[in-house]
Amino acid sequence: MIDFAFFLEIIPTLLSGLPMTVQLAAASISIGFVMALLLALAQQGNHRFVSWPIRTFVAVFRGTPLLVQIFLIYYGLGQFRPSLQDMGLWWLFREPYWCAIIALSLNTAAYGSEILRGAIKGVPHGLVEAATAFGMSRALTLRLVVLPLALRQAIPSYSNEIILMIKGTSLASIITLMEVTGIAQGLISQTYRAVEVFVAAGAIYLAINFTIISALNALEIWLTPYRARA
Amino acid sequence: MKIRHWAAITAAFSMLGFAGTTLAQEAPKAITIATEGAYAPWNFTTADGKLDGLEVELANDLCTRMKVQCTIIAQDWEGLIPSLKVGKFDVIMASMFITPKRLETIDFTQPYAVDPSGFAVAKDSELGKQGGSTEKFKVEDEATSAAAIEKLKHLLKGKVVGVQAATINLEFVKKYFADTVEIREYKTTEQHDLDLAAGRIDAIFTQQTALAATLAKPEFSSFTLAGPGFVGGLFGLGTGAGLRKEDTELKEMLNAAIDAAIADGTIKRISEKWVKTDVTPVK
Repeated sequence: MIDFAFFLEIIPTLLSGLPMTVQLAAASISIGFVMALLLALAQQGNHRFVSWPIRTFVAVFRGTPLLVQIFLIYYGLGQFRPSLQDMGLWWLFREPYWCAIIALSLNTAAYGSEILRGAIKGVPHGLVEAATAFGMSRALTLRLVVLPLALRQAIPSYSNEIILMIKGTSLASIITLMEVTGIAQGLISQTYRAVEVFVAAGAIYLAINFTIISALNALEIWLTPYRARA
Repeated sequence: MKIRHWAAITAAFSMLGFAGTTLAQEAPKAITIATEGAYAPWNFTTADGKLDGLEVELANDLCTRMKVQCTIIAQDWEGLIPSLKVGKFDVIMASMFITPKRLETIDFTQPYAVDPSGFAVAKDSELGKQGGSTEKFKVEDEATSAAAIEKLKHLLKGKVVGVQAATINLEFVKKYFADTVEIREYKTTEQHDLDLAAGRIDAIFTQQTALAATLAKPEFSSFTLAGPGFVGGLFGLGTGAGLRKEDTELKEMLNAAIDAAIADGTIKRISEKWVKTDVTPVK
């Protein structure tokens, strides 16, 4: 039933969507990480006026489907063109590419900020006290003690988030971006062979994610050699 | 007793589609018809979630004629043919053109409508200023249609055109306009309509009856039908009901019902009600 010649035929076509998938994932994961770190740090101070808006943002983006967020940012904001033009932001929201990156970045920033907030809270307080006793400033303590430990601690759960984002890029085809899944759907409509095409597309995602998991595992082992799995 | 058992087992296998030629050819008593439910005025979902439109009304009419109980369901456009093949429903009535490519995979009834495809653009664009035309070109008449396409290409140079994915409209635009315009693929025509209104794209290309319905809405008052309509060639024989190749009995029943609906003017009446013009195929 499975036709291997057909697999070989469709794989190059599917791979032509790989640059789009990788670009969307890389851009949104990087932007999202920076935002997540800032949001997590901003909540350390326990200022109500800072933490409440952040908590609302996190609750909204973790509590709604990514699909709905992409739809709202693309088709929803598309209806407010005059206001966006007045603000000089239309060039950004006009392009499906930027809309996808904005939606994906905001989504991963919300999840990532919770992961990092937990990791920062997890750094033993005694270490911070010791650093203060040495006369280190708060900024220096953060940079040399808290963040290195927190980020190292966060690697396993953050790698989950990265993998989810790579799979999340498959939703970009609903706003006309032809990444791997979008191309797969096009191929199915030409060939009506859903099984082969989706198996091949799935294999591409598996390969990307396997590479990333391996890299992050290697990073974790390098940073925490004493914890290496037997 | 034993013979009965075998009959039951054979019947069960037939239903699973393993040896199903004899059973499939018997006249069905109840069928499920799938439509897209997102292509007004041909088929759409009303605010209270019901399916309505030209094809929904026609489907009900054909079922009454065939004395068959029908259930009409909505299914994403891209999933229509794959789902028909695996037996999720029996008939597609979703403004689907009968084309040689699709005939390789599924079968179609005779066409129940013929409806040209064309562009819609902003009134103040270069193409929009030319205004709409009621001209129709047969794609297979290359001498005349090639000139019409050349003229459109010149006016659309560098523009962004939105087309629904997995449609013959997309194949047409890809084949004749890919070198001059940027093509964006949408899941539904409703989505490219929204993007045309938002100004993200310059033109949309689909059936002219669907364009007319979109342009009648107030938010599209600054847009217009533009250029001629295209039929034939890539677009095939017109719009027909899709079904599985083995369901020959059902095909005959549907063809007879469509014949009757054409003969007594039902298709003309329904089409004038929904799309304001007569799309009855000329035999």
